[in-house]
Amino acid sequence: MASVEELQRKVNELEAKLAAAQGNVVPMRQKIDVMSSEVVDSNPYSRLMALKRMGIVNNYEKIRELSVAVVGVGGVGSVTAEMLTRCGIGKLILYDYDKVELANMNRLFFQPHQAGLSKVDAAAATLQAINPDVSIETYNYNITTIDNFQKFCDSISKGSLTDGPVDLVLSCVDNFEARMAINTACNELNQRWFESGVSENAVSGHIQFIIPGETACFACAPPLVVASKIDEKTLKREGVCAASLPTTMGIVAGFLVQNSLKFLLGFGNVSHYLGYSALTDFFPTMSLKPNPQCEDSYCRTRQAEFKAKPVAVELATEVTEDAKPIHDDNEWGISLVDENSPEEETPTLSLVDGVQVAYSIPVDNSTPESSTGGAVAASELSLEELMQQMKSM
Amino acid sequence: MVDEGTRKTLSSIPLLKTKAGPRDKELWTTRLKEEYQALIKYVQNNKEADNDWFRLESDKTGTKWFGKCWYIHNLLKYEFDLEFDIPITYPTTAPELALPGLDGKTAKMYRGGKICLTDHFKPLWARNVPRFGIAHAMALGLGPWLAVEIPDLIEKGVVKYQEKSEEAK
Repeated sequence: MASVEELQRKVNELEAKLAAAQGNVVPMRQKIDVMSSEVVDSNPYSRLMALKRMGIVNNYEKIRELSVAVVGVGGVGSVTAEMLTRCGIGKLILYDYDKVELANMNRLFFQPHQAGLSKVDAAAATLQAINPDVSIETYNYNITTIDNFQKFCDSISKGSLTDGPVDLVLSCVDNFEARMAINTACNELNQRWFESGVSENAVSGHIQFIIPGETACFACAPPLVVASKIDEKTLKREGVCAASLPTTMGIVAGFLVQNSLKFLLGFGNVSHYLGYSALTDFFPTMSLKPNPQCEDSYCRTRQAEFKAKPVAVELATEVTEDAKPIHDDNEWGISLVDENSPEEETPTLSLVDGVQVAYSIPVDNSTPESSTGGAVAASELSLEELMQQMKSM
Repeated sequence: MVDEGTRKTLSSIPLLKTKAGPRDKELWTTRLKEEYQALIKYVQNNKEADNDWFRLESDKTGTKWFGKCWYIHNLLKYEFDLEFDIPITYPTTAPELALPGLDGKTAKMYRGGKICLTDHFKPLWARNVPRFGIAHAMALGLGPWLAVEIPDLIEKGVVKYQEKSEEAK
């Protein structure tokens, strides 16, 4: 017969096991005030601080003061956030309005037991456990709606550790609307950001560094795509919207964070555009100038401001680093989508081989595609009357 | 590729003129009036062609839209709730039409029941900013989507016919 003490011990043991199995007790390490370069088993930063000793980065501990906003915490964004967390970033702000689903398990980061949780909450819990030194803020909303967009702008412009603008915004979203919303916000706020993307067939991706006024913004040209070397006609899209691979997404997240670190800590060269074609292992890079006729008025304002600025010497060298052989002939592979599309836009954009615009926009945007319906005439009726008319149909 | 029928339908919907989104205050009201005019004309056209297939209305701000669309298959009418928000980037980006009732029932949908549009929709929309509006998105996006998806979903037994009385309960 076991003694009461023995039974008591057994109960405690089992309770601890149960709690651990339920995930109630996550062994958390203590916060660390100052990054140390001491090489001991218990120092999570020793291998990062070694970058200083090796002369790669000369101010690694500065990362503790920096804030990064990650918009979209899916296949690319979650991995991006984890990398930044492990690197010891000062603050992360996460945005997503989606929930974790079992259908996400072909990607990295999230785990089956998190299904049903909001992506931002699930991510914050995991990231905080990995590195309690990182300050994490989460927003569970869709940034493209009128109500949330202003909140989004405010959180970026006042989101740093010192209540100023964040140091960098990373777009890890999966749709055009959200990218455009980020572009709009960043042009207005004069905020530097990286766009990232993986194609819907999962075999190509890209990152693009956008410095408002200095490099092309997301609205300066139709979306750029890396040629996948697949005949589009043979691509079967019937039946599904999107495919995804953890490999392509991990690679793109790696490119994104690598270039973010180079920008934030000032080492190496930051790529303005870096593409990836998985089928051919092809990585085009290039620099992109903004479009003087960009549809976004804030982009044009930023361009004027940039032109008025005296050219800094180090900026000049930074730009020339990226100068790759650029085709000045017109062979940037316009992919005609509509069979009766009118004359094409004169390319002001010089794209590197292997990168093309997703579609083209006609030069004369005033002539309609084809319409016998004509334009709407100014109505005598008020908006309320029109609403009523529609309702009563 | 846009088929002849869709092209013809599209061409009889009036084009819009004002390039304004929900953040543009008065200009947005002008745009909203144009949206309603185009929608009213489109519904009238549909009725005349005996092809009435949706109703839509918005909140006062014109940024939240909701309504119903229906599809006739083997003489039975299948009806679905329709909803979408106007993003702040509208009309540069098209509205993302959603049928929340079908969320999770077909692979040709994104989260929340947003319908998956063809490769041709976005280029065509981009070329026609700001002339295309909600009516065009319906004709070019949701119409063809229903025509392809609904018969398939009915055949698979995912979508079942509901008696009118049952709906009204």
